[in-house]
Amino acid sequence: MTSEDLKSAVTALLPSGVFEEGGEWLTVQVDPKEWKALAAQLRNGAGLDFDYLFCVTCVDWKTHFTMVYHLTSTLHRHTLVVKCKLDRQQPAIETVCDIWRTAEFHEREQYDLFGVQFLNHPDLRRLLLTDDFEGYPLRKDFEDPVNMIKL
Amino acid sequence: MLEEVGRTEQGDMIINMGPQHPSTHGVLHLVITLHGETIKKVEPHLGYIHRSIEKMCESLTYRQFIYVTSRMDYLSSHINNHACALCVEKGLQLEIPPRAQVIRVLMDELTRLASHELWWGAMAMDLGAFTPFFLAFRERETITDIMEDTCGARLTMNYIVPGGVMADLHPDFQKRVKAFIKLFREKADQYNELVTGNVIFQNRMKGVGVLSGEDAISYGCTGPTARGSGIACDIRKLYPYEVYSQLKFEEPLETGCDSFARYLVRIREMYQSISIIEQLIDQIPEGDFQAKTKAVLKLPKGEFYSRVETARGELGVYIVSEGATTPYRIKFRSPGFSNLSALDHMARGGKIGDLVAMMGTLDLVIPDIDR
Repeated sequence: MTSEDLKSAVTALLPSGVFEEGGEWLTVQVDPKEWKALAAQLRNGAGLDFDYLFCVTCVDWKTHFTMVYHLTSTLHRHTLVVKCKLDRQQPAIETVCDIWRTAEFHEREQYDLFGVQFLNHPDLRRLLLTDDFEGYPLRKDFEDPVNMIKL
Repeated sequence: MLEEVGRTEQGDMIINMGPQHPSTHGVLHLVITLHGETIKKVEPHLGYIHRSIEKMCESLTYRQFIYVTSRMDYLSSHINNHACALCVEKGLQLEIPPRAQVIRVLMDELTRLASHELWWGAMAMDLGAFTPFFLAFRERETITDIMEDTCGARLTMNYIVPGGVMADLHPDFQKRVKAFIKLFREKADQYNELVTGNVIFQNRMKGVGVLSGEDAISYGCTGPTARGSGIACDIRKLYPYEVYSQLKFEEPLETGCDSFARYLVRIREMYQSISIIEQLIDQIPEGDFQAKTKAVLKLPKGEFYSRVETARGELGVYIVSEGATTPYRIKFRSPGFSNLSALDHMARGGKIGDLVAMMGTLDLVIPDIDR
């Protein structure tokens, strides 16, 4: 699908989605509450078949978090980027690890480093850091006077 | 961690493999639930070598952060540097000289050869054959020597930088690479015969760690791990960068879906790398090895994503820029991380004795997973 076709297909699924300009791929901002339903449709929808979730990222914008999901279809070779704006005080979003299995590890990593709660995740524990670690190091306000060297 | 040693309520035994274990080739900790000899669950515990490279990069400039990335997948350090350089160049819309492009591809393929060599030796050693380890290291040594001539380093190269490469090739580079390739072609056939055809070796690999193509995509597996399940995912073919689109090489695919299939893919990839090097070694264009760039690089506001094929699969670099000299957020989508997540699925129902054969063919490099 071309970017334009993809745009109309996504609009048909979710009229409230806001498209971003200027990126390499088609980028759509969705409400976190609508993400899960959209994800299932993107995965299984005819002509869409986004079967490969290749990157799950969180970005701390100081006022809010943004979850960024990079999706590709190995069948049609089109790519879509989905962004969800999360509340910084209580960041929470539905898990998609039942749709893409790779999300289980990627979401655990983002939970570990940003403290984003993935609702209904089967095993949401710290992944890289120790269980008793305090704080979420990739947040912009994280301070560690011992281990962090500021340039 | 103590309560995890012992037995579950169903009477299954829980044992720890690692973090110090000769077959994890690094500090990886697996908590394995066993029913007799049958694996019921494998739970990887990561982070023993986590350095938070992503956080570090946020305070390093676009010229500095390359050095940290050599320390992720240390067996593909050229290719890591390459991914970062591509991402910065994408942001700057920088065209790099043809000479630098060819040098980069040559270095990438030599790195891939060295990495697969090491994997091959370690893989055979894990399964009880010790000789291949020495043979592999002997050939790999030649590649590291060649690298040392040009880059001054043997492991963490930091050679591919935004704009081109750090320095021009050593005068002996072409001569030494040609001599190595000639020798390696013969040796590769011998080694192949020594291990690949061995019945004991094949019996230990076939039908072990089965991962279907569909699962491979769902778990985000890339590189030889996915290609062993018949999934075409070579970034060099799908999204060609540098001069890959002008080269003749094939993407080896196997449909066995088991450890042996993944093994064969890597063996065949070595021959493809040799072929790429042969195509390019006499065709290195004259000219600059670096584009003219400003001393301080500033990426425009926006988001940039680049991906390359490392020896383990797809490495993605995602930079969110706010127009400053340092990235606002950087994310490394490392191939090993996703490949490892499929281990539990592959291992369930298998025998504990086969776990090493499964892990071996995932070709795990722990700093790449932990970052």
